[in-house]
Amino acid sequence: MWGLGSRAPGRGLLLALALGGLARAGGVEVEPGDAHGESGGFQVVTFEWAHVQDPYVIALWILVASVAKIGFHLSHKVTSVVPESALLIVLGLVLGGIVWAADHIASFTLTPTVFFFYLLPPIVLDAGYFMPNRLFFGNLGTILLYAVVGTVWNAATTGLSLYGVFLSGLMGDLKIGLLDFLLFGSLIAAVDPVAVLAVFEEVHVNEVLFIIVFGESLLNDAVTVVLYNVFESFVALGGDNVTGLDCVKGIVSFFVVSLGGTLVGVIFAFLLSLVTRFTKHVRIIEPGFVFIISYLSYLTSEMLSLSAILAITFCGICCQKYVKANISEQSATTVRYTMKMLASGAETIIFMFLGISAVNPFIWTWNTAFVLLTLVFISVYRAIGVVLQTWLLNRYRMVQLEPIDQVVLSYGGLRGAVAFALVVLLDGEKVKEKNLFVSTTIIVVFFTVIFQGLTIKPLVQWLKVKRSEHREPRLNEKLHGRAFDHILSAIEDISGQIGHNYLRDKWSHFDRKFLSRVLMRRSAQKSRDRILNVFHELNLKDAISYVAEGERRGSLAFIRSPSTDNMVNVDFTPRSSTVEASVSYLLRENVSAVCLDMQSLEQRRRSIRDAEDMVTHHTLQQYLYKPRQEYKHLYSRHELTPTEDEKQDREIFHRTMRKRLESFKTTKLGLNQNKKAAKMYKRERAQKRRNSSIPNGKLPTENPVQNFTIKEKDLELSDTEEHPNYDEEMSGGIEFLASVTKDTASDSPAGIDNPVFSPDEALDRGLLARLPPWLSPGETVVPSQRARTQIPHSPSTFRRLTPFRLSSKSVDSFLQADGPEERPPAALPESTHM
Amino acid sequence: MGAAHSASEEVRELEGKTGFSSDQIEQLHRRFKQLSGDQPTIRKENFNNVPDLELNPIRSKIVRAFFDNRNLRKGPSGLADEINFEDFLTIMSYFRPIDTSMDEEQVELSRKEKLRFLFHMYDSDSDGRITLEEYRNVVEELLSGNPHIEKESARSIADGAMMEAASVCMGQMEPDQVYEGITFEDFLKIWQGIDIETKMHVRFLNMETMALCH
Repeated sequence: MWGLGSRAPGRGLLLALALGGLARAGGVEVEPGDAHGESGGFQVVTFEWAHVQDPYVIALWILVASVAKIGFHLSHKVTSVVPESALLIVLGLVLGGIVWAADHIASFTLTPTVFFFYLLPPIVLDAGYFMPNRLFFGNLGTILLYAVVGTVWNAATTGLSLYGVFLSGLMGDLKIGLLDFLLFGSLIAAVDPVAVLAVFEEVHVNEVLFIIVFGESLLNDAVTVVLYNVFESFVALGGDNVTGLDCVKGIVSFFVVSLGGTLVGVIFAFLLSLVTRFTKHVRIIEPGFVFIISYLSYLTSEMLSLSAILAITFCGICCQKYVKANISEQSATTVRYTMKMLASGAETIIFMFLGISAVNPFIWTWNTAFVLLTLVFISVYRAIGVVLQTWLLNRYRMVQLEPIDQVVLSYGGLRGAVAFALVVLLDGEKVKEKNLFVSTTIIVVFFTVIFQGLTIKPLVQWLKVKRSEHREPRLNEKLHGRAFDHILSAIEDISGQIGHNYLRDKWSHFDRKFLSRVLMRRSAQKSRDRILNVFHELNLKDAISYVAEGERRGSLAFIRSPSTDNMVNVDFTPRSSTVEASVSYLLRENVSAVCLDMQSLEQRRRSIRDAEDMVTHHTLQQYLYKPRQEYKHLYSRHELTPTEDEKQDREIFHRTMRKRLESFKTTKLGLNQNKKAAKMYKRERAQKRRNSSIPNGKLPTENPVQNFTIKEKDLELSDTEEHPNYDEEMSGGIEFLASVTKDTASDSPAGIDNPVFSPDEALDRGLLARLPPWLSPGETVVPSQRARTQIPHSPSTFRRLTPFRLSSKSVDSFLQADGPEERPPAALPESTHM
Repeated sequence: MGAAHSASEEVRELEGKTGFSSDQIEQLHRRFKQLSGDQPTIRKENFNNVPDLELNPIRSKIVRAFFDNRNLRKGPSGLADEINFEDFLTIMSYFRPIDTSMDEEQVELSRKEKLRFLFHMYDSDSDGRITLEEYRNVVEELLSGNPHIEKESARSIADGAMMEAASVCMGQMEPDQVYEGITFEDFLKIWQGIDIETKMHVRFLNMETMALCH
């Protein structure tokens, strides 16, 4: 791509500097240092352009492409209409024009080597690694038909029709034979994964449609490679020397190339999964394995002249489940972002260089008939092929492909950089009209990417194609979906058919029994369940929205400053009471401590530690939020200490989890509502007072014991003053505090109407006594039902936090259910190892 | 029924009732006889003969659904002791894919029927509500396939799901409001906008692809 000409050295350098590296720099050194170097010994500063030239130019190009991308997105209007790929091509054309004007040589073109070895793999790997497997395998039959039959059909019809027109003499005189046409047909036939991804990602058609087009574009690689190789060798052999045996060999090689490529991918996926199982102690290089091993799968199959795209696609598809389970959460994030970054970067560069490559008069050979007819033929035959195949498919498909879908399928047959790279790869010696092919391919690519890419969005809107709707994952949906899976496979079992569900069921059983055991870390096997994940996600979302809400309201009451040096100046002065109160109530609600099994799951992963130590640690960790700056000055190349943010996130997560269960428990409150309400009101008041008694940001931690008692008295006094009627109640409440017992779960009324209690607390009783109330784990003040509903402007995302009741039928079971969930306070977020 | 119903009239009648083609009916009838051991009816025990079913975590619920009077359209509750071929077909017809010839109303109806089947499976005491207890029960069974998930996790997931259902169906609840359980209307609400086309359909083939049965 960054070909080094040896012409115009000085000017090259000048331009490189002037145009910000747009122009190629000459291959000859012009460093001023050279001249001086000879004369005067050691140089303080030398200018070594040639030394850094190649990487420098590469880096600059990437920078230009990336900056261009920023530029596009500055205007939302443009990007919402014009696909980015089209913009990049246009940009490439402009830049190519500048380079050409400056240099008169097309030194930067998209070379096949760079494309196939460096730019394509990240894109395909990204596609495979994030492939929605279920959808993909569910539509595998359809995808394969389109990919194999469709591509062969496109290649054959386009090639033959062009040949037919050529024979009629419409194209004039070309040094070209039937095989050349077929070769051209085979390279122009394949739908391109890069172009399809780039365009369809912005269109958001429904997922079935997307997976069909996208899957086709990935899997047709094997067909393209084989057809291309076969016809290229045929062309080399010369039309007369091709025997029937060669044709048979070609067909055999198709199976070898495709199945072989897939097999290589699967083997490497197995290796990769196995390796990640043992990377626990080298977390920092964990993500590297994913990339290196997948890349090796690509290179290996390239080496064996198998389908490299298939290899890396299937490597990604097969390893994703195990890798995602094995690697740590941070590594998973790293992998995700790195992969997306590489893929999107590669895509950007590809499209830009497609544009740049087009600016080269030496490759342009215009033949109107040939170019136009190619455009017509590929569109028409694509449409015919789609209609025919869909007609066949619809007899077997459960979800029919409607005519509208077929239009999108036909129209979405974009050609792209793969075709271009292949056509550039052609040997000009053997294929006499290479330049014509190259220019036609460029036209076709530009036409499909720019014109079709531009129009597909309005088309989809106009045809009212079913769009994909982005929905939040719902727990119910997942559960019911799971139920359906089992029902369907059972129905297939009972009706005695070996269907799709049957196979899936058997596979998942096999996977659970054998594959996962080998490939997954033991701890990962435990927690790996979709439903659990959704559950986790939802809780996390709740927690985050809770914090966000708190911050939006302006109260940072839940961010405690560290006791040491008040680096954060949080204003704890109570504001207008409603806001303050509501937030603190939210906070309090959260702390109600019912231990959750998520905790217990995590708990099991850890070694058991000294309980008391843990309690202390927990309390400190959980309630003393650290300011962010504090943890930044530790540097280690080999370890990433989980940041405080994550811990805090996790903690909030746990709180929310508790809260979720707690709101079930509130059902119990209904038993003696009135009394309860009074008491709640009482506490509410008490809480307000307590809040206001916290001085500005400085928590008196010097002497917790004393403070505790003082506060308690304070509280009691003040309440007595204000509401003598409730005196009795109140003191009762305080007694609660002192005599935290374990029998929350029992049916005794006291236990019931005191949701403050938690198994947790029972165990930290000793600790509780030593800590000021606002630092104690289970908050002693619980908002009343009224207080909860009074929270102003509860956003819709909060719905899961809103209290509600279940039927009284289930109440008892609920409380009983808490029994086994009691955990020692060991299950603390900070010691969770992911 | 049983042996007699190879008569084409009866097949035609079944076709009309269940929507299966005669080929499919014949196919299913063969399977039915295989399951029942050439008896006119199937009892619960007969399902033990299907080896692949054993791995199914909600096996008992599914088998129960076959005998559920609500699904058989025979009554509001209770279980049948045995089912004949027609009943068998009735159950199977819940899983027929949507026909292209169906109009929108029929599609909606068929969707409702399918969901009702699922609902009945959840609502084991036939009171028209999925209570928390019932939901937990189902979730526990669903997750029992994974030996690493504990009962408590299943429980809290069910709790979470129930809360979600409540928030979907009731919106913001008043403090003294009580959510009794998921009614069928609520159930439909939960499913609103979710495509079940691929989730609740079985392709009944005309070809002979019998699974082993001992």
